[in-house]
Formats: sequence, structure tokens, C-alpha cells
Amino acid sequence: MSKKFNFRIWRGDSKSGDFKDVQVEVNEGEVVLDVIHRVQATQMSDLAVRWNCKAGKCGSCSMEINGKPRLACMTRMNSFEEGETVTVTPLRAFPVIRDLVTDVSYNYKKAMEVPAFEPPADLQPGEYRMAQVDVERSQEFRKCIECFLCQNTCHVIRDHEENKESFSGPRFFIRMAELDMHPLDTIKNRKQMAQEEHGLGMCNITKCCTEVCPEHIKITDNAIIPMKERVVDVKYDPLRWLGSKIRKKEGI
Amino acid sequence: MSQAMERYSYDVVVIGAGGAGLRAAVEARQAGLSVAIICKSLFGKAHTVMAEGGAAAAMGNVNDNDGWKVHFRDTMRGGKFLNNWRMAELHAKESPDRIWELESWGALFDRTKEGKISQRNFGGHEYPRLAHVGDRTGLELIRTMQQRIVALQQKDKKEFGDAEKFIKVFSELTITEILKEGDRVSGAYGYWRESGDEVLFESSAVVLATGGVGKSFKITSNSWEGTGDGHALALKAGSALVDMEFVQFHPTGMVWPPSVRGILVTESVRGDGGVLTNSEGRRFMFDYIPEVFKDKYADNEAEADRWYKDQNNNRRPPELLPRDEVARAINSEVKAGRGSPHGGVFLDVSSRLPAEEIKRRLPSMWHQFKELADVDITEEPMEVGPTCHYVMGGVKVDPDTAAAVGVEGLFAAGEVAGGMHGSNRLGGNSLSDLLVFGRRAGAGAAAYVKSLAQKPKVSDGEISRAKNRLNAPFSGTGGENPYTLHQELQNLTQDLVGIIRTESELTDAIVKLDSIRDRSTRVRADGGRAFNPGFHLALDLENMLLVSESIAKSALARKESRGGHTRDDYPKMDSEWRQYNHLSRWNGSKVEVAPEEALMLPKELLELFELDELKKYFTQGELAKGGM
Repeated sequence: MSKKFNFRIWRGDSKSGDFKDVQVEVNEGEVVLDVIHRVQATQMSDLAVRWNCKAGKCGSCSMEINGKPRLACMTRMNSFEEGETVTVTPLRAFPVIRDLVTDVSYNYKKAMEVPAFEPPADLQPGEYRMAQVDVERSQEFRKCIECFLCQNTCHVIRDHEENKESFSGPRFFIRMAELDMHPLDTIKNRKQMAQEEHGLGMCNITKCCTEVCPEHIKITDNAIIPMKERVVDVKYDPLRWLGSKIRKKEGI
Repeated sequence: MSQAMERYSYDVVVIGAGGAGLRAAVEARQAGLSVAIICKSLFGKAHTVMAEGGAAAAMGNVNDNDGWKVHFRDTMRGGKFLNNWRMAELHAKESPDRIWELESWGALFDRTKEGKISQRNFGGHEYPRLAHVGDRTGLELIRTMQQRIVALQQKDKKEFGDAEKFIKVFSELTITEILKEGDRVSGAYGYWRESGDEVLFESSAVVLATGGVGKSFKITSNSWEGTGDGHALALKAGSALVDMEFVQFHPTGMVWPPSVRGILVTESVRGDGGVLTNSEGRRFMFDYIPEVFKDKYADNEAEADRWYKDQNNNRRPPELLPRDEVARAINSEVKAGRGSPHGGVFLDVSSRLPAEEIKRRLPSMWHQFKELADVDITEEPMEVGPTCHYVMGGVKVDPDTAAAVGVEGLFAAGEVAGGMHGSNRLGGNSLSDLLVFGRRAGAGAAAYVKSLAQKPKVSDGEISRAKNRLNAPFSGTGGENPYTLHQELQNLTQDLVGIIRTESELTDAIVKLDSIRDRSTRVRADGGRAFNPGFHLALDLENMLLVSESIAKSALARKESRGGHTRDDYPKMDSEWRQYNHLSRWNGSKVEVAPEEALMLPKELLELFELDELKKYFTQGELAKGGM
């Protein structure tokens, strides 16, 4: 039942590296991560790869497979032709640590810069009342498994290290949208923060992030565009601009 | 040979960054202490993320007959009364507060029509009790806790100018040793996975929150992290493990294709109406309702189906029996030749709910089967079979403070702790367990640290002992491959210490484990120290071996069947055996298992049950005394 495949695996560290070719047996139903594990157990015992759940739930085994950002545990081997060469490389937007493992600390740094949920001060635990329809929008974004594939594919930073300072990336735009749409969050200027402090304006809506999201979150349509529209509304509508100067009512 | 050693000092070191560890860290920080959070993988990836169905808490949002007493009763029944009653009591009483607290930290659970947290049905729970978010509740829990840690760090940054002044997360770091001065904890020792460099933590209190042991078995729903690290650390530090024979095989894991074998299929599928059938199309669970549960479960399909609409006037469908019962039933059906093509049984929700409803309630199941098995669960049944899911046994702790017995300054919470679930855990009781006892462990550790007049010291002898062990996989001359040994261990436990056990197989297992352990002293890691999975596995292997030995020896000692321990040669539950727990200790060269008298319930908790029910579990002599 097993088929033979050629795997080209990038091996190296932050200083140097190269592709190594291996021939591997592949059994029915296997995914790329199974094959990498077999290579580890039989041919390269020190091959570095991150993984945890092997069920598409933890977002650890992100890598590039034939140049596409993917979860190795959710990439079926039957999506390739027998005899085809499968090329496996580390995520390009982040510095390599070793082999297929990259330094994703950029994302944790950005997470630290998003102000946390702030509930109404007088609302006691147990007293929260929210309608299902009102939490659903934020729930979509909370499906995020932090695989960082969207960050990796986003061309604002993929080949532009210099943009990382001022750009938080799609993962954190949906985090900001999630909090912005949370029925009980009291911080009212999240969209403006996204625009001014997190580089929302640098996104030019090519939807690459949405395409690679393994959770099928509509990052661009449901988070980025609605935030951009509201920011633009308030920034460029002279009446609303004046209003915001006169009354410090609800921010954006 | 060994690298320059980093040195840190914290009030509390929490090993494990799943639900329990993070909740413990929050509590210790709120008590004003500094906390190191150690995660073996990246922050937010811990196994908690895989929990699907929900967190059990008697909030009474869907059925207001629910309350802590009902939840307590269900938990004790599920555990066949071997649970530590005090843990079960604390858990039932405190779970609602722990869930509500999550909301105030940003969690967004599914809602009822009144806007409260929705609660779903689950095996063994009398009323709808599981707070949930579709079938990805664990993700919501871990993300909320992760974001709570970040929120506390943000506050510290604002107030003190340093986000890591009180809480620092050490990602991809593995602890290999608990350090002690006399009987007291003085620190922990480990290595960065990324570089292989060694790290020393000086700390008077260590909270173990390392989760489970599933990776000792071949077919498991656990991730690679479930290597029993905390269980082994506690054993070697001089503490004891309780009731390690009880291992939960979740009845519904995927069975096909082979590469996904063991991946969990949430119990919510059954809670939301899914039924189990064999190759003859029969709903076989009606044939497996045990005597102790006969008055609580429907004996015909019509009543079982009515229950989904009207729970007050009908008995529950037998698909929702506790997990141990369902797993054994599936095992029997397959053995009797009535299994599905790939050695499981059928679980069907497609004929029970409209396609859109299935996708809304069970989105990740739909996704998982579609992408990994080419099965559309809205159109056809799934094939499922038992998978190693959870260990009920674990570190013996004081229920109120989560302090581990035998070692001052050591605490344990979550799956690594034992006692709470008795011989079998109910679905949904794990997520609430993490929160309730994670908080208690954090508070227990904080109180202990504050009570100390002097901080125990780390001696050079302790450091060199830890160093030697860490370096062994590179200095050994033998050529044993860690991957091969791991595979042999997994096959052995699966075949000989698995869901159905016998004396001869367990005896055989203990001999074979000994031989694998002997070979493991000659295990060798190829390559360098930087992010080397072979090196990591070589070190994890010892933990899995210790845990497996503890399970096999405890299982051999218990001559009855109860919960997550089924003996083919002693197939009945025996009230005499309820009076004993098994304690595993490490004597320096092997695990020793000895019985210890189990606690009797106090009178006021015993009175929550009908006498007729108690008679099924307790001896006449025990009942005559009328409780503790």
C-alpha cells in the first residue's frame, strides 16, 4: 500500500543551511508531519520540528510546504502525486532557529502591546449577560490557534523586516477586532489604536492571510475591512471629526 | 561538556503552562509573589487546547435543579466512590466561580436565550452542565488564561516599568529535576529546548501542572507533551502517586486512517444526539447498562430519544453512560466481530441532526473528519474506538492546598494530581478541575512561601546530580535509539497494560519494562544540543518508563474491575477493594506499590445518596458506621 516520495528538507541554523534529499515510504492516510516523524525516527534523529497535537488544534507545526504556508499535520500526502518531490522549509517571515523551527517571539511581543479586555468596573462575575448573536462575531476570531501562518504570509513583513516594528499583523488585527466587537469591553478606541499604533493602514487587503488560515477565519472581510472602514469614516467625515472634537463621546 | 548555566530566583516555579499551571501562576502573582511559568512548548500550545466538550460547573443556567450537591453526586458515581471526597466537594462547590471568573477575563462562552452561559449535556452528568464554546472549549480556556497572564504583565509594566518583574514565561524549557534541601524544595533544574543550555531555578515552592501520561501508550489522544514529567518528578523527589492503575480510555477516538488513530472525537457528539451502532446497525449500548446505573438510563430507544427534549420525565440514553462503560462496550462489540471495517464501531450524528446544526455545534469535528479522513459527518457515520485519554492517578495531594505529600514546598494540580476523579473521570470535569485546583495550588504555594523563615538553599551536590543526568544521553557509550525504545514501550503498554488487563500480562509487562529501562540507560542522542528532538525524547523516556511501571504494578495489585481499570480475571467491582487506594513510591531503583486505606465520606455527604445506591459501592460494615 505504501508509496515512495522524495522529500527535500531544509536543514541548518541561523548561520547557514541547505536542502537534504531523502526517500521515504508513505502509507495511506498520512500527512506531511507523519512523514517528517518517520524521517526523524529512521534517518535524521536530530531533525528539529515543532509540533504538539497533530490534530490541527494547537497551531505548532507551521512550515512551508512546496512554498505554501501550511500546518504539516493537516497537509495530506494524497494531495501530492506519487514520485513528486515535496519541499519542506521553515516559515520565511521569522528567523530560523534550527531546521524547520523558527523564532516566533515577534508575535508574543505584539500580543503584549494589545490592551487586555476591560470589563465594566461594576459588573460582578456571574452577572454577565450577552446574546449569542452578539458574541458570535468575536467568537469567530477566538477560533484562532496562533499558528502564525497569516503573519508569515503577510507581505507587509514577509520580506520587509523593517516593517515589523510598526506592524502587528493579521493575527493581532483579529485580536483587536475581537475586543472591539466584544459586547462588554469598555475600551472604546481600539480601531484607532489599530490604525495608529499597530499599522492597520499598511494592510492593503490582498487577503493572503485569509487564504492561509487553517481555521477559515475571514480575517480580511470580517476584521480588517470593518475596522478600516470605521476608522476612515471618522477620520475623513468633517462633521464627525468636528463632533469628536466637541464631545468626547464614544471613541472609535 | 556542559554549557554555562543560567540562574534565576523566583518565589514560585510553576511547571506546565496549561490551564492548571496558568491558573496557579495568576493566584501566586495576585498574592504578591514572583512566578516563573515553565512551558515545554510555546506559550498557549499546552494540551488544554485539545479539550473539546466543555467545563462542568453547576451554574444551573439551563436546568435550575442543578447545584453543587448534584454535581458532587455525579462525580462520585463516575469515579465509583474511590474519589477523594474532599476534592470532589471543593470542585463541585467552586467550579461556577471559576467559570464566571473566566468571563471577566474575556472568555466568550456560547449563550442561553437569556444571555447566560449555555450548558450542554455530557456523559454521567445529570443535568446540562458543561460551559462550552462549540467544540473548542479548551482553546477558549487556554487563550483566556494566556491573555490573563499578559494582562497582569501589562499592569506590572505600567506600575513598575517591567512586564516581567513578577511573571516570566519560559517557553520551550523542560525541567528534569526537582532540587531539595533535606525534605524541602529548593529549586528546579532543566534545559532550554532551543539551545540545550542548562537552567537553574532557585525557588522554595514548585507547582507541578504537567498534565498526563498518554504518550506512554500507542493509541492516544495526547500530544507529545504527555510524557508524565510531573508524575516522575514527584516520584523521584520523594512524594507518592495515588491510584495509578486508573487510566481513562476515551470511548471515541478516530480509528481510520492509521495516522490519525487515537485523535479525539468529542463526547459532545453523543451529548448532542449522536448514537453508537455496530455492524448490524444495532444501538448496542442498551445491552451494556450496568446494574448500578439501571434506574438512571433508558432501556429503549423511544425513551432515550425523548430525553433530549424532556429530561425531567425520561431517563438518559445509554450512549451517555460514563466513559469507562462506553469504552468497554465498544471493545466488546469489536471483539465479538460486530465492529466497523477498520476495527471500531459507528458513531452517527448525520441521521440525528440537520447538516447546518451539526456544523454549528460541532465545527471542529466536521473539519477534522473532512480534512483527515475524507468523511463528511453530516452525511455518514464516523468510525470510532477507544483511545488513551487521561490518567486519573497522580500525585497525592492535600485537597485544600494542593500540597504534595512527603515533600515540603511541592504542589500539584490538574491531571498530574490524583484523587479528584477516583477510578474514572467524567467528561467536562477536567477543565473545571484545572481551574479549581490550579487556583488552590497557587494559593497553597504562596501561603507556604510566606510562612518560611528561611529560603532553602540549592547545594552544589544537587546541581551536579542534575547536570549528570541531563548530559547522560551525550556521554553514554551504548547505542540505543530513543525513538525505537519509545515505540517498544508504547506497544508494550498498549498490549499488556491497556483497556483490558490480566495477571499474566501485567506480570509480563513488568518484566519487559525492566528490560527497556535497562536499555534506556544506554540511550544515545545523535547530533548537537540545539533543538534536538532525539535528545529531548531520550530524557522524556525515563519519565514514561517510571509512569508505566507505576501503572502496571498498581494494576497488578488491584484484583477487581472498577472505572479505568478492567481485569479480565477479576471482572466484578468489589466493595472490599473500595476501601483501598494504591500508593506508588520510588525506592531509588524501582517503583513500589502499597495499599493505603481509602477515606470514608463524612456523614453529611453520605446522606446526599439513597441507601440503596450506597449499598452497591460500600460494604455493610462501612455503612453501619454511617460515615466518617
